[in-house]
Amino acid sequence: MAEPGDRRSFMKKATGLLGLAAAPELALAAREAQTAPPPGLHDVALSVNGTKRTLRIDPRVTLLDALRERLDLTGAKKGCDHGACGACTVLVNGRRVNACLTLAVTCRGKEVLTIEGLAQGDTLHPVQQAFLEDDAFQCGFCTPGQILSAVACIREDRAGSDLEIREAMSGNLCRCGAYPNIVAAVKRARDAQAGRAQAGRK
Amino acid sequence: MKLFTYDAVSSLPAALAARRGTFFAGGTTLVDLMKLEVLTPERLVDIGSLPLTKIEATPARLRIEALARMADVAASHDVLRNYPVVAQALLRSASPQIRNMATIGGNLMQRTRCSYFRSVAEPCNKRVPGSGCGAFEGDNRSHALFGGGPACVATHASDLAVALVALDATLTLTSAKGSRDVPLAEFYLLPGSSPSTENVLAPGELITAVNATGGPRAARSLYVKVRDRASFEFALVSVAAALALEGGMVKDVRLAAGGVGTKPWRLAAAESALRGQPATLAAFEGAAKRSLEGAMPLSGNGFKTSLLERTVVKTLARLGGVS
Ligand SMILES: Cc1cc2nc3c(=O)[nH]c(=O)nc-3n(C[C@H](O)[C@H](O)[C@H](O)COP(=O)(O)OP(=O)(O)OC[C@H]3O[C@@H](n4cnc5c(N)ncnc54)[C@H](O)[C@@H]3O)c2cc1C
Ligand code: FES
Ligand code: FES
Repeated sequence: MAEPGDRRSFMKKATGLLGLAAAPELALAAREAQTAPPPGLHDVALSVNGTKRTLRIDPRVTLLDALRERLDLTGAKKGCDHGACGACTVLVNGRRVNACLTLAVTCRGKEVLTIEGLAQGDTLHPVQQAFLEDDAFQCGFCTPGQILSAVACIREDRAGSDLEIREAMSGNLCRCGAYPNIVAAVKRARDAQAGRAQAGRK
Repeated sequence: MKLFTYDAVSSLPAALAARRGTFFAGGTTLVDLMKLEVLTPERLVDIGSLPLTKIEATPARLRIEALARMADVAASHDVLRNYPVVAQALLRSASPQIRNMATIGGNLMQRTRCSYFRSVAEPCNKRVPGSGCGAFEGDNRSHALFGGGPACVATHASDLAVALVALDATLTLTSAKGSRDVPLAEFYLLPGSSPSTENVLAPGELITAVNATGGPRAARSLYVKVRDRASFEFALVSVAAALALEGGMVKDVRLAAGGVGTKPWRLAAAESALRGQPATLAAFEGAAKRSLEGAMPLSGNGFKTSLLERTVVKTLARLGGVS
């Protein structure tokens, strides 16, 4: 069986055939900044996890494919690729969205946050920490999407009762059925963040 | 996905000047269907950042501009207070992620979820005129009781549209030539013999706003959605109701149903049966029977008739405060 790395580098070459260059990102950015994109391609400058990135892309490329195949950020997962599972959830300008239904070309000037950008160095985000403590996953495939959705759910102030959390997290399916522990983790993270905010005010 | 060209516009005049092309708003219908190659637009005109996002929901008047996001309309306290049926229909639509992306105009223009429409390997008159309807004698559990025929029995999938029909809403449509207001109930067309034409929107014309009048009926309104799972699912049956009561009597009422019609389905016979009646369970049950007038069940969706009847009763009972 191929190593994940092999598959990724194959996918990169494959997307290269679609007119997406396979060269290292930095060199690419430097070279492309000087020339206008060839017909049919678009240069898209955006911020990903706080770092400015420039993509030269075919408009068909989704944000999910751009993250995974171009920027080597494979945290966001491709489950259904049709908006129906939430595995690809990322935050764009602070709002949770399905990266599989987002065309990367529409992200010009926007700020994208993926699971890779959530921790502060070695300190996990309270939601990440809570998912560990409550054992809120089994295989882990849905987890990056669940965590970003939970971050947004708490920010949207929709993490009150269990019922409210279940409804507010309903855009993220879990094939392993870890739902009870996911709800527990959202509550733990909500309380941890509320506690921290209160401590900060004292 | 087939190749297309992409241009973003940042003003309404620029969008209207585009003339050729397919408007792209939140993209949640388009990207989905373009991946399936059910839709193969040659040119996308991205209207997603047009400054048409105002939400006004005073007790007298509702006006929502077309690029407002579903999530933002649902979160508006004024919408919830003065037009609860709208907020409820939106909160029961899709997922928080999709609602953050999807726009009000795009929602009203979304395409059917009929599995024959969504698969290029199947016949579908809506997708390929003249290819036949796979659902009429095929797998039609989710299909329409009302408004269909051998050419097409696909339901209209928008929850919001059902709520807006119960508010007698109008759409403002804008083209390079100017604006016109069209009642939402007249905006959608029955499939007849040309199911691929779904509405009266002209090429190059944009939905720019949704409008409705407020009042006691709008303020006492409710959306009930019945589906195969508790959340993140389309309606099997849904009912939007708006009720004006006076001294225990039904002064006026609007009823519309989703999941059962080829367009959002106004239950006019049930409405007239209820007007002037006491707001009692017996009266609600009597009216609900009338909601089945004109129903044409298919081989797989007969269960929707009793489900619709019961959902009408439940909705009215909750609104009328009787049990
Ligand atoms: C998994 C999933 C579940 C869903 N569940 C539900 C549900 O339960 N209930 C429900 O109601 N919906 C549901 N939806 C549908 C969703 O609400 C629509 O996809 C969304 O509202 C479309 O809006 P958009 O802005 O993304 O449209 P786009 O995809 O950008 O456009 C859709 C269509 O509308 C046209 N258009 C867009 N804006 C305008 C305008 N202003 N004027 C004229 N034409 C315009 C476009 O040209 C295109 O043809 C679901 C979708 C998905 C993917
Ligand atoms: S991969 Fe995007 S929602 Fe399933
Ligand atoms: S942990 Fe396996 S899908 Fe959720």
